[in-house]
Amino acid sequence: MSTQSSAAAYRARTATAKPMIECRDVQKYYGDYHALRGIDLTIRSGEFFSLLGPSGCGKTTLLRTIAGFEDISSGVVLIDGQDMQGVPAKRRPTNMVFQSYAIFPHLTVAENVGFGLRRDPRSKAEKAAAVEEALAMVGLKGYGNRASHALSGGQRQRVALARALILKPKVLLLDEPLSALDRKMREQMQVELIKLQRQVGITFVLVTHDQEEALVMSDRIAVMFEGQIAQLDGPEALYAHPTSRRVANFIGVMNFLPARILGESATGVEVDVPGLGRVEIPAANISHADPGDEGPSVGFRPEAVSLLGAHQQTGARVTPGVIDEVVYYGDMTYYDVRLDGSAGFDGKARPVRIAMRNVFGREVQDVGTRANVSWSPGSLVLFR
Amino acid sequence: MATGNQTQDRQGLTLIAPPFLYAVLVMAAPLLTIVAYSFLKDGYLTVIREFTLENYRAVWADPIFHKIMLRSLGVAGLVTLVTVALAFPVAYFLSFVVDPRKKSMWLFLITIPFWTSYLIRVFLWKVILGYNGVVNSGLKSLGIIEQPLSFLLYNVNSMVMTLAHAYAPFAILPIYIALEKIDRSLLEAGRDLGESRAMTFWRVTLPLAMPGVVAASLIVFIPTIGDYVTPALIGGGKIPMIANMIQSQMLDQDNRPMGSALAVTAMLIVAAISLIFMAMNRRFLKVRQ
Repeated sequence: MSTQSSAAAYRARTATAKPMIECRDVQKYYGDYHALRGIDLTIRSGEFFSLLGPSGCGKTTLLRTIAGFEDISSGVVLIDGQDMQGVPAKRRPTNMVFQSYAIFPHLTVAENVGFGLRRDPRSKAEKAAAVEEALAMVGLKGYGNRASHALSGGQRQRVALARALILKPKVLLLDEPLSALDRKMREQMQVELIKLQRQVGITFVLVTHDQEEALVMSDRIAVMFEGQIAQLDGPEALYAHPTSRRVANFIGVMNFLPARILGESATGVEVDVPGLGRVEIPAANISHADPGDEGPSVGFRPEAVSLLGAHQQTGARVTPGVIDEVVYYGDMTYYDVRLDGSAGFDGKARPVRIAMRNVFGREVQDVGTRANVSWSPGSLVLFR
Repeated sequence: MATGNQTQDRQGLTLIAPPFLYAVLVMAAPLLTIVAYSFLKDGYLTVIREFTLENYRAVWADPIFHKIMLRSLGVAGLVTLVTVALAFPVAYFLSFVVDPRKKSMWLFLITIPFWTSYLIRVFLWKVILGYNGVVNSGLKSLGIIEQPLSFLLYNVNSMVMTLAHAYAPFAILPIYIALEKIDRSLLEAGRDLGESRAMTFWRVTLPLAMPGVVAASLIVFIPTIGDYVTPALIGGGKIPMIANMIQSQMLDQDNRPMGSALAVTAMLIVAAISLIFMAMNRRFLKVRQ
């Protein structure tokens, strides 16, 4: 599922956009702990940007430094060209949707949404209309008089959104906003958030540890590990061309097979991969960062290859193997296949995972049957 | 499921039966005796078993009762105000400033005054404030005064001071618990939505701490009204409060029905005031976090 625009549409939308948030060599220490290690980042105006990483990678710290809840130890944070050094949270053009939503329990829904309007010079009636409008925007029209404790998780989240958006911030910061919702609700809110962002045109910065959520919603994603940005790219580029094994492992599933480099040419690198044989990897699919402890390897996504019956053949390259494991998901089946000859240099068997959509007429294969795996050199990524 | 619930209900009732019986025996029974006495006639040194409302009529008509009851309410109200106002900053400090790892140590320190008997603590205030007490001799040795100050002890101020000190932990703890329950991200949300720390305190922290403030107020107000020791020692017996009046009727004058009527009347007044106070704050009390 992808509701997000293609990379081209995104480029058209933000090509002329000015930078909204700029981080220049941002460092943050908590005592001896180095939480942010030189973050350099430009988030464009109108962009849906995600900070993705495992817990403790510094993504929430970075969001909180942008919001003004944390001071930075060194570096510069600019929002809309303004240096934020010493500017308190209340005076920053940002608003936040908290992970716990932080709905004020002693106030009604309308009082929550109107909380930030105290110093707004408009009349009481105009403010009430603005609150009603904000509630309508998040699909909570007529909920104004409800007590906040009577709301469901999804409704609380909408109130938190309305409360932030009513102040017309330049940047909306979202701290793991969907993690407390159940799966169905989460998927629905993902789509709604994207639509809302298009509608209001505000820069959204989302923090999440859920790679699927980041892929679905974002224009661009910064993958963070240990206080540093490992890769910053659009979702498609990030998924298809991870620049390190670590990023490849974090975003979706990737199979890795050891590779021996045979030679380089202008078009790519020729490698020998046990099970796959001699392959030329296209130059665009070569990553030079972080090959891992095991030396060079090639990686491919479970859905970038496909499983054929034992006697089927296609135009692409075909490698035979034995099905080791079958995991049935309803719409998908995952097969773990041991490719013939893949035991390779060190004799260790490395079954590869292959994802097949259960389209009409395609039978689910049994464990132990022989099968052909069809692949093409263009779907392999070399980490060297 | 109905049977399951019944079994559970029975288990629950069995569990609370012993303390419940104990409570009936030592609380409800004496209370009912007092209520019963208050409707009986007083004979000299005996109680005549004859129903009458005369005691209550006498209580309500008695100008001394009016004066003493009003004084008791005034002192208790003042003590509550002073105690809660002083306890709030302590509780706030404890909840928001103290390192979480050191909180239990601080709570422990706050309960240290309880290691000494209430009577001794009250008596110590007498030592501090007395004619030849710590304050007077201190000021004298510093040459600030020549004659000991006589207004320190035996008045309402000294009673308020003593009681406020004695009840401080009772006020700190409920406020502390209410503050601890506040989700810290609410305070960040307040600032994120454009409010200063002070305004966030006023609009978020204080309303959410109100259940603790109400609890603290009642915990201080109710026992203070009926305090007997402090008026006797610190007030010097010259400024009696309602408990002293009841004691005098019950024991000195051996008029148990009259003393009982006084006790029941005072109890009803305190109950009414407490209910009104809670009703005034019901907006804060029904908040569910």
